[in-house]
Amino acid sequence: MKVLLTLYGEERAAEEFSPEAGAQEMAAWQAFDQAARAAGVLIACEGLEGSHAATTVRVDGGARQVTDGPFIETKEQLGGFIVLDVRDLDEALEWAAKTPWNHDGCSTEIRPVMNYEAWMEATQEHATS
Amino acid sequence: MQEAFATAVERWPRDGVPDDPVAWLVTVARHRAIDRLRRDRILRARVPELAVVDEPAPEEPVPTSVPDERLRLIFACCHPALARPAQTALTLRLLGGLSTTEVAHAFLVPEATMAQRLSRAKAKIRAAQIPFRIPPDDALPERLEAVLDVVYLVFNEGYAASAGDAHVRRSLCAEALRLADVIAELMPDEPEVLGLQALLLAHDARRDARVDHAGALVLLEDQDRSRWNAREADRATRIAAHALRLGPPRRYMLQAAIAVEHLHGPDWERIAALYSHLAALGPDPVVELNRAVAIALAGDVRDGLARIDALAPELARYHYFHAARADLLRRLGSHDEAALAYARALELAGNEAERAFLACRLGTTRSRSAPPARA
Repeated sequence: MKVLLTLYGEERAAEEFSPEAGAQEMAAWQAFDQAARAAGVLIACEGLEGSHAATTVRVDGGARQVTDGPFIETKEQLGGFIVLDVRDLDEALEWAAKTPWNHDGCSTEIRPVMNYEAWMEATQEHATS
Repeated sequence: MQEAFATAVERWPRDGVPDDPVAWLVTVARHRAIDRLRRDRILRARVPELAVVDEPAPEEPVPTSVPDERLRLIFACCHPALARPAQTALTLRLLGGLSTTEVAHAFLVPEATMAQRLSRAKAKIRAAQIPFRIPPDDALPERLEAVLDVVYLVFNEGYAASAGDAHVRRSLCAEALRLADVIAELMPDEPEVLGLQALLLAHDARRDARVDHAGALVLLEDQDRSRWNAREADRATRIAAHALRLGPPRRYMLQAAIAVEHLHGPDWERIAALYSHLAALGPDPVVELNRAVAIALAGDVRDGLARIDALAPELARYHYFHAARADLLRRLGSHDEAALAYARALELAGNEAERAFLACRLGTTRSRSAPPARA
């Protein structure tokens, strides 16, 4: 099964990291990337620019509106994402525990990628019942 | 056999080589094989019920020290990716052998709500691919609290069965006591485990005295103490005291202390104080109800009744709420109101013995509330 891990937390600008801390952070992510790749579970793993770089498109009453900023303005923002191919939730949880996104205030949401066949079947069952 | 060797490698350096190593290996291999067959059979029987997986994950040995098959399955059901009420409800339904109605009763929610909760839990298991498997040892502590809740609820359903004539369903109580013993052996230094064990023992000690020969409920204050199980009462007292020495008081440790107090006193002031400690651990309307009753029985009936009345929004569906209210109204001499409350409790109680008791109380109260008509 494919799962999406979305990483949320308080945003920290690059300037907040000392050169050593920055290098450590980068090395930790590279180590995770390599371990997950070697285990054959990694599909994607990326960090995102801060929410200052976000643009949101909303459709309301048929009108398309482009605005500056993220979908939701909160203290905890989406900071990165990982896509894995794993056996089950427990394996996803194990990998989630191995990311460098595990200090205070970090949250990782795990979502399975939709099972398209089951979804199609459900729409049809619903129609016939 | 391979597993038996693995066990030997692990244990012999620690425990020493047995007198007849070959016989030992064969015995262990056979036990493991039987164990695995049983486990597979149960999993096969249960997994379709959950309709979780299309193809079973390849079986791999899980390093677990949980010595009891049923308990292992309960730990498996208590996966932290499920909400706590869903974990316990699911375990009760699938492994505790309770019906959806009984599970709903155990959680004080309408049956439809419980049915929905269960089907949501199954949908989450399916969609998120939560594996129904024995957790590894390092995952046990985070699942412990949920497991203790399940064992407690199984006991409770056996102790005051929500449906059917038999007031005491011995097998559920015995199973819960057995599971508590196994967990206590597994985690002998965990005070909450001992708290639960003491709590169940304290209740079980009074089991025979709770109903009279005709099967009618007998209130604690009227129970024949010679019919209490002295051995269980002693064990409960000892374990409850030991648990409190091991760590700061938590839910089951405090409930055990209260149950033990009932066996010896009861000193209602102390019981009210213990309930205050319990209430401080987190909001729980049932704890508040019991605290209110303890305050009333310690002497302040009006304060107790006021506290009970304040709980109406949360507990209106709970028959003990109305029964407790009725009892305090009766003590205050408000027989009309008491009769109304007994009638409401009677409507909500699902168990024959409790219904009979409430009907009897209702009868006595009604006869006091109106002067007998003159012929």
